[in-house]
Amino acid sequence: MEQQTFLNILPILIVSTTTIATIFVEAFYKRSDNLIYWLSIVSLILTLIYSILTINVQNLNFSNTLHSGGITNLFYFVLSLTSLLVIISARDYLLRAKYHHGEFYILIFSSLLGMMLMASSRDLILTFLGLELMSLSFYVLAGYNRKVLFNNEASLKYFLLGAFASGFLLYGIALIYGSAQTTNILLIVNEFNNLLLKPLFVLGLVLLLIGFSFKVASVPFHMWVPDVYEGSPTVVSALMSTAGKTAAFAALIISFYGSTTSQVNFEIVAKIISYLAIASMLIGSITAIAQTNLKRMLAYSSIAHAGYMLIGIASANKLGMSGVIFYLIVYSFMNVASFILISLMENDFEKRISLNDFIGLANTHPWYAAIMALMMFALSGLPPFGGFFGKYYVFLAAIKADLTYLAVIGVISSVISAYFYLRVVVYMYFRTNEERKDIFHTSADNFVLVLCTLFVLQLGITPNLVLDLITRFLP
Amino acid sequence: MIPLKYYLILSAAFFSIGIIGVLTRRNAIIIFMCIELMLNAVNLTLVSFSSFFGDSSGQIFVFFVMAVAAAEAAVGLAIIIALFRNKLTINVDEVNIFKW
Amino acid sequence: MIEQYIPLILAILIALLFSLFLLKASSWFGPQRPNPEKLSTYESGMEPVRTARERFSVKFYIVAIMFIIFDIEVVFLYPWAVNLKNLIDLMGFFIIAEMFIFIIILLAGYLYLLKKGALKWD
Repeated sequence: MEQQTFLNILPILIVSTTTIATIFVEAFYKRSDNLIYWLSIVSLILTLIYSILTINVQNLNFSNTLHSGGITNLFYFVLSLTSLLVIISARDYLLRAKYHHGEFYILIFSSLLGMMLMASSRDLILTFLGLELMSLSFYVLAGYNRKVLFNNEASLKYFLLGAFASGFLLYGIALIYGSAQTTNILLIVNEFNNLLLKPLFVLGLVLLLIGFSFKVASVPFHMWVPDVYEGSPTVVSALMSTAGKTAAFAALIISFYGSTTSQVNFEIVAKIISYLAIASMLIGSITAIAQTNLKRMLAYSSIAHAGYMLIGIASANKLGMSGVIFYLIVYSFMNVASFILISLMENDFEKRISLNDFIGLANTHPWYAAIMALMMFALSGLPPFGGFFGKYYVFLAAIKADLTYLAVIGVISSVISAYFYLRVVVYMYFRTNEERKDIFHTSADNFVLVLCTLFVLQLGITPNLVLDLITRFLP
Repeated sequence: MIPLKYYLILSAAFFSIGIIGVLTRRNAIIIFMCIELMLNAVNLTLVSFSSFFGDSSGQIFVFFVMAVAAAEAAVGLAIIIALFRNKLTINVDEVNIFKW
Repeated sequence: MIEQYIPLILAILIALLFSLFLLKASSWFGPQRPNPEKLSTYESGMEPVRTARERFSVKFYIVAIMFIIFDIEVVFLYPWAVNLKNLIDLMGFFIIAEMFIFIIILLAGYLYLLKKGALKWD
């Protein structure tokens, strides 16, 4: 083993070493929660810096199973940045709820490790392991406070449905292995055209898609999303809806991207994905209208966003893939900010924030109202913000791939979804209420919110910078 | 020599039994056991493919799947215990605070 | 195809018939003295105090959870141990260090359990 291999995968090593080290700290050190908080922030910052510095060095390590550099490091950057933002703001939320323990950060780190493995793996075994590591940590995080019934229920539902879905994913991988005689994604992609003639391979591919579409929360397999996002602690929902989705889409892009560039018969798969996309967009945005609970509304909007992103994958060209990655980056910042704003209104795990809690927020807390309004505009895809360009690239890719109907349905669904996003703004600015709402704001939360706002604005004003970066690293 | 087809049919049958169990049973632990049955059906598929091809990577995959299934069992039992301590039931029909 | 299974089927049939015969034979040859005391739980021991169909204490589940985790990890040790000689020739010291890293990860979990008191019964 050369040293270079280990230098290549250093981001994964940093995160895994921190996970193990923090378990030791938690075991031996009495007042460990604050120490672990700072340890995890330092190690995440190291990961961020290292993955940006080595982004130009692309390598395949450990007999073609683990990719490093390029698009993988970009995913590392996004995933660790999202986790960093969530961790920074989670501390005050947990202290407020009097349930601040070091285990929270350990679990976030092990889920981050799983997500990074998913983004970098080029072997289905490793993808499966990463996915399970992520999911298992999320099951526990969803039920983080075991004394609260909401948390228990969310984690039980997530666990049963998630394990069910990973059974399908695993069967898909087994059938693909059976028809391709290998689990290496690069080898499978090379043989894609011949393999598509085997019914066993097609069946395996469909089962794999079912498993992934569960993890990205697209429609026929979306029933867990609203319950889990509503029941979990709000900071955990922020992480699950952003980093979890990013990692699942990363694995999906890796599994399908190679097959889209070489001249292959992608049509069957593209057709299935486009049906999933249509169903997710329409059902997600129509059901969200009926929601008054804000976390639930964001959950349905997350389903709709999964639909928009699937358009990019169905269109199967370079613009589509880089559009999806761009969309994921923007979506991470928008959703983290929205969930954190909701978490600021909660003082324990049992409070459920509804639309009425936002009435008159513009009078009492104008800055928070402004950031929330901005995030809602961005989520609905209005022009000057990052969310617009995410949708724009994806729709453009669909038109280029002769899937204009997908773009049309996407636009219709965006118009529908504007209703419930802008309703939040209306409640904040145009309705007044005598009672004054408490917002538990701290400087850490303000820092995260300002950072997210800046990123969303920057991605809206100069989207080309990031898109060029993504396009450069896509093979 | 038993043909590969038989093994695949057997494991597909096990997998289907697991699916039917998950969809029809209402006790969280039994649902969970059915999920384990699905995972083990997949293990059977992997092992039979692997011995048919004479390629060891399928068997290595089975080790990982077993480890993952054990971790899943641990997390699942812990979640079910936590729920039971609060609610004194593990019937999934009674776990229904969230509604549309 | 089916012919090769005939000896197996014959063996199963013979085993089945022979064991059934033995079961029946004991009632043919043995003395019969029925007595209600013979049907009780402990024929010459204590009277049973309550039903055996009780709920187990939840503590057993916690022990079971821990057992599952540390039990399954051994599957990774076996292939390593069997191939150790070849692997040392191939990769040298690295392959031993790797297994020690694996053990340290398990140790982290074990020490965590120990310190958090998961192994205390009360």
